[in-house]
Amino acid sequence: MDDIVLSMKGISKSFPGVQALKSVDFDLKKGEVHALVGENGAGKSTLMKILSGLYRADEGEIWLKGKKITTRGIKAMINAGVSVIYQELNLIRQLSVAENIFIGREPMLPGGFIDWKKMYSDVHTLLKPFNVDINPRTKVYMLSPAYQQVVEIAKALSLKSDILVMDEPTAPLTGNEVDKLFEIIHNLKKSEVSIIYISHRLEEIPKVAERVTILRDGEKILTKPLAELTTAEIIKHMVGRTLTEQYPKISIPIGEEVLRIEGLSKKGYCTDVSFSVRKGEIVGFTGLVGAGRTEIMQTIYGRMKKDAGRIYIDGKEEHIRGVCDAVRKGIGLIPEERKHQGLVLGLSVQDNATMTILDKESVFGFLKQKKLSALVGKMIETMNIKTPSARQLVRYLSGGNQQKVILAKWFLHNCKVYIFDEPTRGIDVGAKVEIYKLMQNLAKDGAGVVMVSSELPEVLNMSDRIEVVFGGRIVKEFRRDEADSETVMEYALGLRENASQQTPLEAGAES
Amino acid sequence: MKVKFVETLKNYGIILAFFIILVVLSIFSPVFLTVNNIINVIRQTSIYGIMAVGMTFVILTGGIDLSVGSVLGVSGAICAGMLKAGNPIILVIIATLGVGIACGFASGIFITKARITPFVVTLGMMSIARGLTLIYTKGYPISGFSPAFRLIGGGYVLGLPIPIIIFLVIVIIAYIVLTQTKLGRYTYAIGGNEETVRLSGINSNFYKTLVYVISGATAGFSALILTSRLNSAEPVAGTGYELDVIAAVVIGGASLNGGRGSVWGTFIGSLLIGVINNGMNLLGISPYFQQVVKGLIIIGAVWLDQLRAKED
Repeated sequence: MDDIVLSMKGISKSFPGVQALKSVDFDLKKGEVHALVGENGAGKSTLMKILSGLYRADEGEIWLKGKKITTRGIKAMINAGVSVIYQELNLIRQLSVAENIFIGREPMLPGGFIDWKKMYSDVHTLLKPFNVDINPRTKVYMLSPAYQQVVEIAKALSLKSDILVMDEPTAPLTGNEVDKLFEIIHNLKKSEVSIIYISHRLEEIPKVAERVTILRDGEKILTKPLAELTTAEIIKHMVGRTLTEQYPKISIPIGEEVLRIEGLSKKGYCTDVSFSVRKGEIVGFTGLVGAGRTEIMQTIYGRMKKDAGRIYIDGKEEHIRGVCDAVRKGIGLIPEERKHQGLVLGLSVQDNATMTILDKESVFGFLKQKKLSALVGKMIETMNIKTPSARQLVRYLSGGNQQKVILAKWFLHNCKVYIFDEPTRGIDVGAKVEIYKLMQNLAKDGAGVVMVSSELPEVLNMSDRIEVVFGGRIVKEFRRDEADSETVMEYALGLRENASQQTPLEAGAES
Repeated sequence: MKVKFVETLKNYGIILAFFIILVVLSIFSPVFLTVNNIINVIRQTSIYGIMAVGMTFVILTGGIDLSVGSVLGVSGAICAGMLKAGNPIILVIIATLGVGIACGFASGIFITKARITPFVVTLGMMSIARGLTLIYTKGYPISGFSPAFRLIGGGYVLGLPIPIIIFLVIVIIAYIVLTQTKLGRYTYAIGGNEETVRLSGINSNFYKTLVYVISGATAGFSALILTSRLNSAEPVAGTGYELDVIAAVVIGGASLNGGRGSVWGTFIGSLLIGVINNGMNLLGISPYFQQVVKGLIIIGAVWLDQLRAKED
C-alpha cells in the first residue's frame, strides 16, 4: 500500500440545504492519473476544494503519504505538495511568466531587491522539460491558453508539488494542443507526479488516465481501472440512467437561405470568408482555438468592424452598424464566455431571460410585467430550467441551467439566425443533450443555426454542413455525410490547406 | 428562499441602525424627538437626499458622479442670475434643471464615447462646474428673490414643507422607474455586467449617459430648493455635498461595483445621514469632529458591503 500517496476517507460536506458529499472515499497512487467524473453538481469540485484546503470537511480524514493531515488551509496543503490548476487559470495576466511562477517567493538579492537573473534562469530550467518556446519575460496575457496552462503546471512543479489537480485542462485547448498536454502529463507521470484529472470530455479520459472515480449526487458510485469500462458505461453511471443518444440528431427539412456571407475580411483576424446558412440547417464551424472562428462570428455580429465583405439576410444585403443593429436584423449570438458575456450573474432568471425583449414588451418604457412573467414561466417549463423560481439569481444555477437561461433570452427574441459559440463547453452530459435538442427545435422552427465548436464529435454529429477554419480562412467545407474526424482534423491543423480553395459557396448551394 | 432572507436582513440592518440612533439621540437630547426638529431634519435631508436618488442610478450602473455638489452650485448661480434679471419663475426652473441636465449629459458623453472612467470625468466636471460658478458670480453671492420663488424652499402644502414633498415624489418616481421600466432593468443589468448587456443588442451607452443626466437633473432640483431656502446663491454652494450624497447611497446598501442597491435603501441612508448631522449638532459635537465621524461611516458602510459581497 505504500504507493498510495493520497487517501481521502469518508469525506462528508454539507452546505445549507444541500448535502454536497456523502462519505466519499478517494485514493491516488504514485505516478497515476486518476480521472474524476460526474455531472455538474455531483460533488467533484467540492471534493477538490476540500483537498486544496479551501473548504473544511464536516467528516472524514485525509492521508498524504501515510500521514494524517491535521493542519488545514490552502497554505498547508500547498506545503504538503498539493497544487490545483483551476479551470479559470489563476495567473496574473499583466505580469510576466517568471513573476507569476515565483509570485510571493521571488529570489532576493541583499537589500530587498529581486534577483531577476536567477529568477529568469530558474524559470528557464523549469520550462525546459516541457519543450515549449516560452520566454520567461513574456507577459502572461500574450500567451495562448495552452501555454498559460504550461505556466501553471510549471508553477506547481516549482512548488515541489507531487499531487496535481487539473480541472477541465483541455477545455480551452484543441487538437494538437491537447496532444501536447497529454505528452506533458505522460512525462509528469514518469517523474512520479500523481494527477487528479477532472474532465467532461469523456472520450479523452481513457487516453490519459488509468483509473476513474465516478461521483453522482455527492456519492461515490465506483472507482475502477478504465480498461474495465466503456464510455457508455461511464455515462450510465454518471447520469444514473442510460442516455439513449448522446447526439440526438433529427432530420429537418432545409429551406431558403437565411444568411449569406461573402468575402468577409477583418485585418489580423479573418480573410475572405464566405458561407451561407439556410432555414432549418445547422452549420458547424470547427478549427483550432485562435483560428479565427470566434472573430468571424463577432465581425458578423457587428462587434468588430469588418474591413470588407457583404452580409445578406433573407437574400437582402444588410449593413450591420453594430451589435444593436445585428440583433434588430435578426442575428443572435450566444457567446463563448458564459459568465462574462452571456449573463448578468447578480440578476434574476427573469431579468436575464427578458433582456432582449424589453423593447417589444414595454409601453412608453413601462414593462408589461405580467406578460414577461408568463413568457419566462413558459420558457422555464419548456426548456426544463432547474430553478426554484424566476426570481432566483442566475449566479446560483448550475452551468447547464445558466446556459439554458442564455438560450431562453435569445429564443424569446425570435432571431432568424442563431450563432452558438462553444455552446456546451463545461456542461455536463445530460444538459448537453438538452441543449442539442433545443438547438434543433430552433432549426425546426425555421431558424438558421451556426455552431462554433472545438469538440469534433459534436460538430460531426450535430451539423448538416461543416466549415473548417484555419488561419482566419475557411479552408474546407464538408457535407455531413462526407466528413470524418481524421480528414476534418487534417484541415483544421492546416495540413491540407492547398487543396481546399474551391468555393465553399458553391458546395453549399449543391448540398 | 435563503436569498430573500439575506436580502431582508440587509434592509432590516439599516433600519435597525436607524432606530438605534433615534433612540440614543432622543435619550441624550430632549429637543431631538420634537415634531419641529424632525421636520427640520427631513427638510435638510431633502437637499442631498434628492441628489442621492440620482446618484443611486449612477452607482447602480457601476459609475460614480463626483460633480453633483458643483453642478448644484452652477445651477443655483444661473437660477439666481436669471431671477435677478426678472425672468418668469417657470422659465427659471426649466433653465436650472436644464443646466444640471447639460452637465450630466456632458459627463455621460465623455464616459461613453471617449471611454474615460466616470471617476475622472466627473472629477473634471466637478472642477469645471465650480469654475463656471465662480466666473458667473464673480465670487459674490446673488441674493434676494421674490416671495413666490422662496416658496419652493420655504412653503408648505398640507402642513408639509415643499422640499420634503419634492423629495418624496422624486423617491417614488425613482422607485417606479427602477422596478417597472426598461431603464430600471438596464440600469441594474449594466452595473451587473455591461458586456452582456451590449452583446444582447442593447444600446448601453444611451442608458449610461441617461443615468448621468438623471444625476444632473437631481442636482438641479436641489439647487432650486437650496437657492430658494437660503434666498441666495452662494458661489461655494454645494461644496463637499458629494460626500454626503455618496455616503447616503452606500449606507443604503448600494454596491459601488454596481448592480445592487435600491431607492428605499438610499432614502433610509439619506435620513440616517441627516439624523447623524442633526444629532451631532444637538449634542454640541464640533463640526470638525463631525467630518471625522462621517468619514468613518462611509468607510464602515463600504466595508459592510464588501462583507456582503463575500457571501455571494
